Amino acid sequence: MRRKSRASILILTVAFFAMFFLCILKGTAPIPPGELFQPQFHTILFLRLLRVLMAIIAGIGLSVSGIVLQALLRNPLAEPYLLGTSSGAGLGVLLAILLGVSSFLLPLAGFLTALITLFLVYRVAVHNGRIPIHTLVLSGAILSVALSAIIVFIISITANETLHDVMWWLWGSMQVYELPLFIIVAVIVTGGVALVFFFSRELDIFCLGEEEAVHAGISVENVKKILLGIVSLITASLVSLCGVIGFVGLIIPHMMRLCLGARHRQLLIGTVIASSVFMMACDLIARTAFAPVEIPIGVITALLGAPLFIILLKRKQRIQ
Amino acid sequence: MSTALLNVNDMNAGYGKETIIKNISFAVQQGDFLGIIGPNGSGKTTLLKVLTRVIPHYQGEITFENTLLRQIPLRAFARKVACVAQESTSYFSFSAEEIALLGRSPHLGRWQQEGKTDFAIAEESLRATDTLLFKDKDMNTLSAGERQRVIIAKALAQEPKLLFLDEPTSHLDIGHQIQILNLLQKLNREKNLTIVIVLHDLNLASEYCNRIILMDQGRIFKEGNADEVLTYKNIEEVYKTLVLVHKNPLSNRPYIILVSGKDR
Repeated sequence: MRRKSRASILILTVAFFAMFFLCILKGTAPIPPGELFQPQFHTILFLRLLRVLMAIIAGIGLSVSGIVLQALLRNPLAEPYLLGTSSGAGLGVLLAILLGVSSFLLPLAGFLTALITLFLVYRVAVHNGRIPIHTLVLSGAILSVALSAIIVFIISITANETLHDVMWWLWGSMQVYELPLFIIVAVIVTGGVALVFFFSRELDIFCLGEEEAVHAGISVENVKKILLGIVSLITASLVSLCGVIGFVGLIIPHMMRLCLGARHRQLLIGTVIASSVFMMACDLIARTAFAPVEIPIGVITALLGAPLFIILLKRKQRIQ
Repeated sequence: MSTALLNVNDMNAGYGKETIIKNISFAVQQGDFLGIIGPNGSGKTTLLKVLTRVIPHYQGEITFENTLLRQIPLRAFARKVACVAQESTSYFSFSAEEIALLGRSPHLGRWQQEGKTDFAIAEESLRATDTLLFKDKDMNTLSAGERQRVIIAKALAQEPKLLFLDEPTSHLDIGHQIQILNLLQKLNREKNLTIVIVLHDLNLASEYCNRIILMDQGRIFKEGNADEVLTYKNIEEVYKTLVLVHKNPLSNRPYIILVSGKDR
């Protein structure tokens, strides 16, 4: 078991570096690899590097958030947008576009409304100072549906260009428009993920249920609040900067559980590397497959993720 | 001050506004093998949840080792008290050994990996519950009885001095029922492990427990040894059904015989 997981992580690491360099070398502009490092291409090199880093950050943030929610909910099918961040941010960005806010402020608007949504979701769920996790998911789903309805309503009474802008934003892109925003999000995600590692044993025990966690000496409500806070910040910041990117938070943890087992220390390490590789690959396809047209990355992750996921699901059914 | 390991004094508890446990007082002595019996809904599980601190709100006073329960940090408590709850449903893909190792977590620091001793203790617990054979197997592929024994192994790996169990034998065949209770009895006698166990099977309670609490509607109806508690009068009054109480010829303890409809 241990040797097997060590080998898997080694393979993933090799894949990570291979993909990293591939993503730096390949791009919309056909520049021979040898010349890429010459001074006149420095800007392009920098932009590509930034994009690759964005893909890595997004992949890690979403998949680690997925793992946390899956453990807290004891359901391997939980995904990071369950708490309503995506439609919350969506509404904010839509309103900002309609109000003609400059593009620099779009992510901030999205982040703000995502946080407001999260706050409402928690307010609805909270009971006697506790957060019953299933009520939380239910209130997340309810608010999501309501906000999505508002989004559709607003789009349907406004002009078509807005629709295109919003759709584009919703389906996600790894294009970094504003360096300061990217840096802020990168700090939030890496800090949050590091904190999650800190709680890997608690996550193991949460998989057995909250009562088991009490029996193991964990202050359940406190740990839960910390973890939910981390996940909320990560998903809200990512969704407002790069849109909604589905399946990463679902498929990568699931695949890693099959390869590495359920213990979170290894699972988190494997997931961090694997989600980076996956997102870099998806972004590479998104920007090169139909160049110069760029496809929203959410389309690629969904098209790759859905069949992969169905295969895994069927395999699991066969085992059981 | 008393010498009791656990002391419950005039305790009320419940969920939300509903009070389920009413004015309960009892003590658990070091080395006890205490059975809690009673009909469905009599508050046995709720009582256990209060004592294992899953339900944090209660009125009255509970002390463990002469310290108020509220003042003992959860982690310190978990190093001394373990609990085998009713069956869990999802295990992701944890192996039996990984589950048993999780029992070591209250003893481990945040960054501390499980060491040789921890693996040895987990293995010993798996052996004791007859589950060592499938230590590498996925929990989801085990039978309900096998899983239950792994969960007991996890509680043993916690190395508690007080062990709570909530109907641990309800999923087990008679062979494994006896095996688990024999194991508990051995730990109780040889290692002085104190045991508080909720049981549905009155005959198992009679055979193994040195003291029994019979609960009814959130109150203690009767407390004492098997002979004092398991009388046909007590049982008929609380369970509202006819029984015969004989003596088990091997152990000389009360043996309850159910009376079915056609024989009444």
